[in-house]
Amino acid sequence: MENKLDLDHNKVDLARETAGKIADQLHSWIGDYTTTTIERAAARLFGIDGVDKAGTPLANIIVEKLQEAGILDLGLAPWISRAVISREESPQKIAEALEEGRFNVSDIPDFPEEKWKDIADRMAEEATAKMRATREKREQKMQNAAPPKKPLLYVIVATGSVHEDAIQAKAAALQGADIVAVIRHTGQSLLDYVPYGPTTEGFGGTYATQENFRIVREALDEAGEETGRYIQLVNYASGLCMPEISVMGAIERLDMMLNDAMYGILFRDINMKRTFIDQHFSRMINAYAGIVINTGEDNYLTTTDAYEKGYTVLASQFINEQLALRSGLVEEQIGLGHAFEIEPSMEDGLLMEIAQAQLCRELFPRSPLKYMPPTKHVTGDIFKTYLVNGMFNLVSVMTGQEIQLLGMPTEAIHTPFISDRYLSIANGQYIFNNARGLGDEILIKDGGRIQERAAYILDQACTMLREVEEIGLEKAMEKGFFADIKRTADGGKGGHGVIQKSDRYYNPFPDLFMNNSLPMEGRLS
Amino acid sequence: MEVDFNKVKPYGDTLNDGYVQLSFTLPVPAGDEAKEAARQIALKMGLEEPAVTEMADLQAGFSFFVIYGKCSHMVDYSSIKVPKLEQKVMSFKEVNALIKKELDRKVVVVAACTGSDAHTVGIDAIINMKGYMGEYGLERYSEIEAYNLGSQVPNAELLSKSVELNADAVLVSQVVTQKNIHLENLTELVELAEAEGLRDKVLLICGGPRISHELAIELGYDAGFGPGTLPNHVASYVAAELVRRKKTERKT
Repeated sequence: MENKLDLDHNKVDLARETAGKIADQLHSWIGDYTTTTIERAAARLFGIDGVDKAGTPLANIIVEKLQEAGILDLGLAPWISRAVISREESPQKIAEALEEGRFNVSDIPDFPEEKWKDIADRMAEEATAKMRATREKREQKMQNAAPPKKPLLYVIVATGSVHEDAIQAKAAALQGADIVAVIRHTGQSLLDYVPYGPTTEGFGGTYATQENFRIVREALDEAGEETGRYIQLVNYASGLCMPEISVMGAIERLDMMLNDAMYGILFRDINMKRTFIDQHFSRMINAYAGIVINTGEDNYLTTTDAYEKGYTVLASQFINEQLALRSGLVEEQIGLGHAFEIEPSMEDGLLMEIAQAQLCRELFPRSPLKYMPPTKHVTGDIFKTYLVNGMFNLVSVMTGQEIQLLGMPTEAIHTPFISDRYLSIANGQYIFNNARGLGDEILIKDGGRIQERAAYILDQACTMLREVEEIGLEKAMEKGFFADIKRTADGGKGGHGVIQKSDRYYNPFPDLFMNNSLPMEGRLS
Repeated sequence: MEVDFNKVKPYGDTLNDGYVQLSFTLPVPAGDEAKEAARQIALKMGLEEPAVTEMADLQAGFSFFVIYGKCSHMVDYSSIKVPKLEQKVMSFKEVNALIKKELDRKVVVVAACTGSDAHTVGIDAIINMKGYMGEYGLERYSEIEAYNLGSQVPNAELLSKSVELNADAVLVSQVVTQKNIHLENLTELVELAEAEGLRDKVLLICGGPRISHELAIELGYDAGFGPGTLPNHVASYVAAELVRRKKTERKT
């Protein structure tokens, strides 16, 4: 997209460079730690699945036993590979034996390092081969499908029953949705384990479980085959189990994951250290699996004013981008988030929305930007909401956004009915088609209010980034720089799951993920 | 135009024509039979001469309808009595002045979006410094100590926090709901407060797009605030009610 905003490129470079330094500060210590969910993710990658009678996942059981024995600082890989050698059985069988008490972690004998490492590496290679195969299957399917027009139509389903979700997801896909997200069961982000099996009676949504992923994937593949398209499936790699959910997504061929570096800290009060460490590992998995991440900057605008705090969105996008790049994601996989949340009664508010959307487009030209609909100022007046959503769709198509989360006329009333979703898809289809080439045909006035607003936001974001860099991101979050929410460095949930690595720590996956990144093929663009 | 307030029905463009619009989905494939089914549903709802003005194929065996029809029912408007919050709305300054003069201590307000609801827009609009539509939130009031506990707070936690902080008022927000979970959730809070012997010690107030004062009273709350509520509406009620209660206490 051409430069319509006449941005000061020195400022853009400065913003990116400063965000890079902020990310580097975090990375100066992230590598010194592991977490319980990272080790559980490794367990899942080694094929450990299932739950005990109480519903506790075997991945939790084995990691808890290692943690209780005080030997988790070496990582799960050394123990599981030694156990594989001594017991001559699979990691799954070993986990089952541990669960049934037929065997203790203290029984695991030592072996020469090269011997167990060889086993660990071989098992890791098998796991990553499966991930590559899933990724290739997606790429194949995308290549065979009709290329979707952009912005892509993204809708959510949230019935609370996965079987009902599958029906609604399929209907939405047949109506024209390109992307379907399954909303998670309330409160899952604070569970320090991943539930198992299908959800039939959830609140607010269904749990992110591997079985739920599989069921909706199947429904969307059917809809895709019926229409000659490829329908993308989204879930949430967020909360206390970011890496594990990424693993499940990689196995079940999810295409996108909500995966923000700071969201859990700010909006779910999850421990800062835990989140920064987890986001890195989960993003490496997403990167390798060819999954597109969506970041959550839109959330800042629901707690603060969108007009006043528009620059915090931009500053956060720069930080999210730099952190994502350091986890092996390529720009085409980094769906930076923002939102259409300026109070609708504001005179010329539309110009301000265009400025912010166009600014995101020009600053992150390769990112599949994720544009979120108005929610904060939406009331029960479904007719007005439908119209405001139309304006949102218009700004999106004219500024070249890519992932359009369609606004629902019944936002602020209930989770979407099937007809709400249909009306929203019809709204998006009409406007995107009717104004397809608008962005190519119009220029933005030199020195006009849109350019002025964009320059102002960039300027403010630069100032903010420099302030964050000076004190560090952790301190900035303590001071409430983002979303006006203050979080302490040691507070929040899940801090007990952070473990300092021993200097003999071993986990074969990060090297495989980071050094083996495949080129992006058949993705969105 | 002479409206008979004893017999009121919807108005399209002529008095008592009864015209209403509605839309709904049927779990049947779009087609002539679906359209007829929709028409019959409208008839059973009490609509005369229902016209299906739009049928859309929602795919996967669903169809969507827009219908116009004449409502055959009427209501007696003149006999309707709705319990209302009889509270004069005061300004930011007036509320602070009243608290200072009559109570001479800070009023403690604890607020949360409880249960399954993750939507903090309502509670944020009332509590957060910035407020809503140009009205400062309770955090900004010099005479109010406001605590916003955020979203998905269990009822028990909200109550224990209100005891810990010695709250004068507990504000509960319920925005997005599914299968009426907000009602269960609101009821549970009242029951818990009663069980813990806290009910008379705090003002229990709920708010949200589907809340009315009437519903709140029915559920056992002291007051309820619906759509369009601004922070000073809530602040006015809390301050005035605390003053009222203090005066009654003195008398008895």
